[in-house]
Amino acid sequence: MNPANQLTPSGVKNAIEIRGLDFFYGTFKGLKGINLDIAEHKVTAFIGPSGCGKSTLLRTLNRMYSLYPGQRAEGQINLYGENVLDPKQDLNLLRARVGMVFQKPTPFPMSIYDNIAFGVKLYENLSRSEMDDRVEWALSKAAIWNEVKDKLGQSGLSLSGGQQQRLCIARTVAVKPKVILLDEPTSALDPISTAKVEELVHELKNDYTVAIVTHNMQQAARVSDYTAYMYLGELIEFGQTEQLFMKPARQETEDYITGRFG
Amino acid sequence: MDKHISSQFDAELAGVSSRVLELGGLVESQIRHAVYALSQFSVEVADQVIATEKQVNAMEVDIDRELSSIIARRQPTARDLRLLMAISKITGNLERAGDESERIARMVKLIVDQGITRSLPASELRIAADMASGLLRKALDAFARLDVQTALVILKEDDLIDAEFDGFLRKLVTYMMEDPRTISASLDLLFVAKAIERIGDHAKNIAEFIIYVVKGADVRHTAMADIESAVK
Repeated sequence: MNPANQLTPSGVKNAIEIRGLDFFYGTFKGLKGINLDIAEHKVTAFIGPSGCGKSTLLRTLNRMYSLYPGQRAEGQINLYGENVLDPKQDLNLLRARVGMVFQKPTPFPMSIYDNIAFGVKLYENLSRSEMDDRVEWALSKAAIWNEVKDKLGQSGLSLSGGQQQRLCIARTVAVKPKVILLDEPTSALDPISTAKVEELVHELKNDYTVAIVTHNMQQAARVSDYTAYMYLGELIEFGQTEQLFMKPARQETEDYITGRFG
Repeated sequence: MDKHISSQFDAELAGVSSRVLELGGLVESQIRHAVYALSQFSVEVADQVIATEKQVNAMEVDIDRELSSIIARRQPTARDLRLLMAISKITGNLERAGDESERIARMVKLIVDQGITRSLPASELRIAADMASGLLRKALDAFARLDVQTALVILKEDDLIDAEFDGFLRKLVTYMMEDPRTISASLDLLFVAKAIERIGDHAKNIAEFIIYVVKGADVRHTAMADIESAVK
């Protein structure tokens, strides 16, 4: 096995351990033998050129791909020791434990309050006042409470793009997941909103494990503790972010992050 | 090194690198002139060295401004970032080597003013001075080619200059004991010797940054054996 493929951050507890993961879009192999550990309460970033498999990898972590016929994963993704690829895995429960935020903000066409409460109701039976508390808690966690507390009844779609994205993060946080997956969470946002989301990512890792896919290398450098560089479905290099951006071990990584290829 | 997708970025890096070499050339000639001024006790050449200092300072400021601009606009990473960091440090070392040659020039003027030039062993500084300026030239060549092996050689050769300095120091003490009237001028020469020794140190620092750029290993304050294994 390629040593760069199994580099494990030492002395850190892992939330997710990926072992020998292959992924297929029909007959096309999108991921090839991925071995990777995602450290608990850290931010792990996935970078690489378009089509390298970074989003695919993220989407295997909560089996988002199962929505599409013909896509399948082989190998192991152990979430606190439990293989999420196990066919017996309850997908609703899995997605409550491993939440996801997408590239474009996807608020539900309902009130800000209900955007948060909707998911919570699927898993928990809370009283009205408990739900109020949960909504406030989630919106506070997503650093948007102060901006929306006086208009919780308004549609989520009335918010700005950056606010919508933070609303979606609040919605994810509301069901108290273990892991939060962020798929290009700021690519549709302006720089100020991007900075707010990045600041939020920094806050979130106190309570959650975060995995983020980003096209913006500088964003990966800013927000993550560990970075994985992928190319053509393979994990080329994985290590501490500082190390990877100062002195990558592999020439391919160096070429990509310095803008000599990609 | 392979080219960036942005050829403008390549041009900027090449531009600032060549500015450093230009500065290096200027400092190198400054040192050579300072050594000449010393061996001939030439006030005229010493004045020339002192005048060059302004030019060196202006170039340092200029290079630093270019570096800041590249960092702000390009957000360099990995080897590019190490190169820019190294250039900043190398520029600082070159400027200070220039300061040392200016110091030598000023000492030459002082010694000439005191009018006791001929009885002093100034010419014996020539060997160390040639070694130091040679080392600096070698360091600049190694930087131009990012040549780690030459950088290693420089680190070792700096020790020779240090040994020369110690030997010269002992000689000066003898002179001063033999003829107390030379004490004042001997002390001036001591400062000159120290300046030469410092130029060697700056060359050594530059060599360390070459290793940093190429290997990513920070070898400052590191034992030679560890440096050699880092370079492998």
